[in-house]
Amino acid sequence: MTKPVGIEVAVAAAEAVALCNIDVAAVYPITPNTHIAEHLSDIVADGRLDAEYITVESEHSALSAVMGASATGARTFTATSSQGLMYMHEVLPIASAMRLPIVMGLGNRAVSGPLNIWNDHSDIMLQRDSGWISIFAENGQEAVDMFIQAFKIAEHPDVLLPINVNMDGFQLTHMVEPIVFPTQTQVDQFLPSYRPFATIHPDKPLSMGTLALPEIYTEAVKARDVAIVNSKKVILRVWKEWGKQFGRKYEPVKSYKTAGAETLLLTMGSMGETAEEAIDALRKKGVKVGHLNMKLWRPFPFEELSKAVKGCKLLIVTDRALSYGGPGGPLCSEVRAALYDDPSRPEIVNYIIGLGGRDMRVEDFMKIIETAPKAKKSGGAYQLYGVRE
Amino acid sequence: MATLNTAQTYTTGLIQNFDLYAPKLVNKEEYFCAGHRACQGCGEALAIRLMCKALGKETVIANATGCMEVISSLYPTTAWKLPWIHVAFPNAAAVGSGVEAGLKVLRRKGRIPDRYVKTVAIGGDGGTVDIGLQALSGAMERGHDLLYICFDNEAYMNTGIQRSSATPFGASTTTAPAGKASIGNKTWKKNVPEIMVAHNISYVATACHSYPIDFMNKVKKARAIKGPAYIHCLSVCPTGWRAESKDCIKLGRLAVETGIFPLYEVENGKYRMTVELPENLRPVKDYIKLQGRFRHLGQVELDFIQKRVNLEFAKLMQKVECLKSWTELAKQA
Repeated sequence: MTKPVGIEVAVAAAEAVALCNIDVAAVYPITPNTHIAEHLSDIVADGRLDAEYITVESEHSALSAVMGASATGARTFTATSSQGLMYMHEVLPIASAMRLPIVMGLGNRAVSGPLNIWNDHSDIMLQRDSGWISIFAENGQEAVDMFIQAFKIAEHPDVLLPINVNMDGFQLTHMVEPIVFPTQTQVDQFLPSYRPFATIHPDKPLSMGTLALPEIYTEAVKARDVAIVNSKKVILRVWKEWGKQFGRKYEPVKSYKTAGAETLLLTMGSMGETAEEAIDALRKKGVKVGHLNMKLWRPFPFEELSKAVKGCKLLIVTDRALSYGGPGGPLCSEVRAALYDDPSRPEIVNYIIGLGGRDMRVEDFMKIIETAPKAKKSGGAYQLYGVRE
Repeated sequence: MATLNTAQTYTTGLIQNFDLYAPKLVNKEEYFCAGHRACQGCGEALAIRLMCKALGKETVIANATGCMEVISSLYPTTAWKLPWIHVAFPNAAAVGSGVEAGLKVLRRKGRIPDRYVKTVAIGGDGGTVDIGLQALSGAMERGHDLLYICFDNEAYMNTGIQRSSATPFGASTTTAPAGKASIGNKTWKKNVPEIMVAHNISYVATACHSYPIDFMNKVKKARAIKGPAYIHCLSVCPTGWRAESKDCIKLGRLAVETGIFPLYEVENGKYRMTVELPENLRPVKDYIKLQGRFRHLGQVELDFIQKRVNLEFAKLMQKVECLKSWTELAKQA
C-alpha cells in the first residue's frame, strides 16, 4: 500500500478510473464534474491509458456513445452533473434495460432554475427510477475506492447493470484530500477483465435494443427489477472483498456512535463527516444521539436500514432535494415507506438541507438535532432548514 | 443520345438487361430478411435491403428509432442478419460513434478478431435532419470512421405523417395540414447533404432506391472511406405520400427526373451528377399529381414549386460545373 497523497478528489477519481483500464470514455464538460473529464483526457493524452476518449457534443451523445462502445464489449466510463444528467435522461433507462455495465461519475449539483452550479442531490433524485445502481461517496477516499468497486459490481455476470458513483459537487469534487491509491497490480488483482455476455460483432450477429409489445414489456421490467434487487448480494460481496484486500470497510448504511442512541441523524453523501462532528459535540454533552450515512441508494438497503434504526426513538432524515408538493425529500419518503410496516419504527422527521450549495456547518446539524423533537410536534411532513421567509 | 446517361436511358437499360447484370452487380446474400412489418410498397425497407447487400457481412448497424427499427425488431423476432443496435431516436450517430470507437480500441488491444468492421448509423429524416442533427454533426465533425445513411421519407411516418424539416413545400401532413387557410407545409425541404458537405467530409451523396445500382455503388464507395461519410437516400413512402403502393419505384424515378431530388455525389469537394439529367427537366407536375399529399395544390403553387425546383437545380449544376476537388485546389494553393 502506498502512502496517502494530497490530491483533488475529481482528479483522484479520474486516476481511479484510469487504474481500471477503461477502453472508451465519452464525457461532455459541465461544472462541477469537469475536472474528471479534463484529467482523464490528460491521462489518455500522456499515453498512460490506452483508451478512446470521445469529445462528444452533448451529454445525450456521451451516454449514447458509451452505450454503443459498451455493446461492443468495451469497458466504458462517462461523467456528468445536473443539467447534463438531465440531458441524458432519455437514454439512462435504456442503458439499464440493455444491461450495459457503464460506470458514471456524478459530481452532484442542483438543477436549474434558477441556475445554480453548487451542490445538492436534485440531479440524481430526478433520475432515481432509471434502473441504475446508485452509490454515494462520503469523502475522496471513498470516491476513489467506489469507482474501482463500481466496475467490478456493474460487470459481474449476475448484475450487468450501469452504475453511478455520486460525489457532492465542489464540496467533494473540488476538495484536496489525502488519498491512498491502490497500485495497478492491486487493482488488476481485484478487478477481472470484462467478459461481456453478448456483443455486437459480425462473428455472432444479434439485435440489441429491440421493440417490446405489451405482451413482453412487463416481463422486461420485471427482469431488470430482479437484476437490480439481486445486485445487492454482489455489492455486499465486492465491498467485503475490498475490505479484506484494502482494509477499508464499506456497508450500505454506515453507523456512527449509534450504541444507546435515542436519536439518529441520517445523511447521504459528503455531509456525513460534518454531521459526525455534531454527534461528537452532542455526545460530549451527554445527548444520546448517533449518525447513519447511506452509501447505497439503489438497490435500496431495506434490511440494513431497518437494522440500523432499531431501538432509536427519533430518526432525523436529511434530504438534499425536494419533491415539490409531495411528501418531502425523496430519501425521507423512501425511509418512511421502508419502515412503515415495522411496529417499533421510530418517529421520523424530515429536514431538507444544503440546497444549491447552501453551507451546513457543525452548528447547523446540532441545531437540527436539538430542534427536531419540537419540529415533529409542530407537524408538517418536512421543513426546509434555514430558509429565509 | 448514345452517350448521354439520362435517367430515361439508365432506367430502360437497367431493366431490359436486369437478368444479365443483376447477378454480377448484386450480392445475393440477404442481411435484411423478409417477414418484417413494413407497409406494402415501402421504399425505405427496399433501400435498407439494398444497403445491406452493398455493405456486406463485416458491418455493424446503429439504428435510430423510427419505421425501420419498429418494423424490423419486434421482440423476439428480428429481420437483421447484421449485428444491430438501437438505443433511441436522436442518437444513432452518437451510438455509432461509440460502436466505432469500441471496435477500434478492442481490435487494437487484441480483444476482438483483427479484422476491419465498418460501423454504419442509419435513421429516418426525423431522426437525422431534426432531432438527430446535433448528434450527426458531432459524429461527422469528430471524424469517426462512420457511414451515416439517412432514409428520407419526408415526414414522421412512424408516428403518423407529421411534418419534418425534410417535408417538401406544399405537402399536406397531419401537423401541417392543408386547409382553407393553409397550403400544407410552408417551408422548403432542408438541404442536409449540403450541411454535411460543409463538415468537410470526403464523401456525401444523394441516392434513391429506385436507382438500386447507383445507390449500392454509393454505399460501397462510402463504406470504403476510412472516415465519416454521408448518404441521403430518398425513400418513397406510399402510405404517407398518399400514393399507390405500386407506384413506389416510379415515384422515386420521377423525383429524380423532375430534378426535385437529383442524384449526385460530392467526393473531396467535387460535385458529380451520378444520374445525368437533360437541361429541360421533366415538369414537377408529373411527380406531384401521383400523390395525395399534394392534391390540394393549385396552378399557382405548382408554378411556385416548378420555379424553385429549377432554381435549386441550377444552384446544384453551378456547383457541379464550377467546384474543383480539394486535391486539385491544394495543388493550386
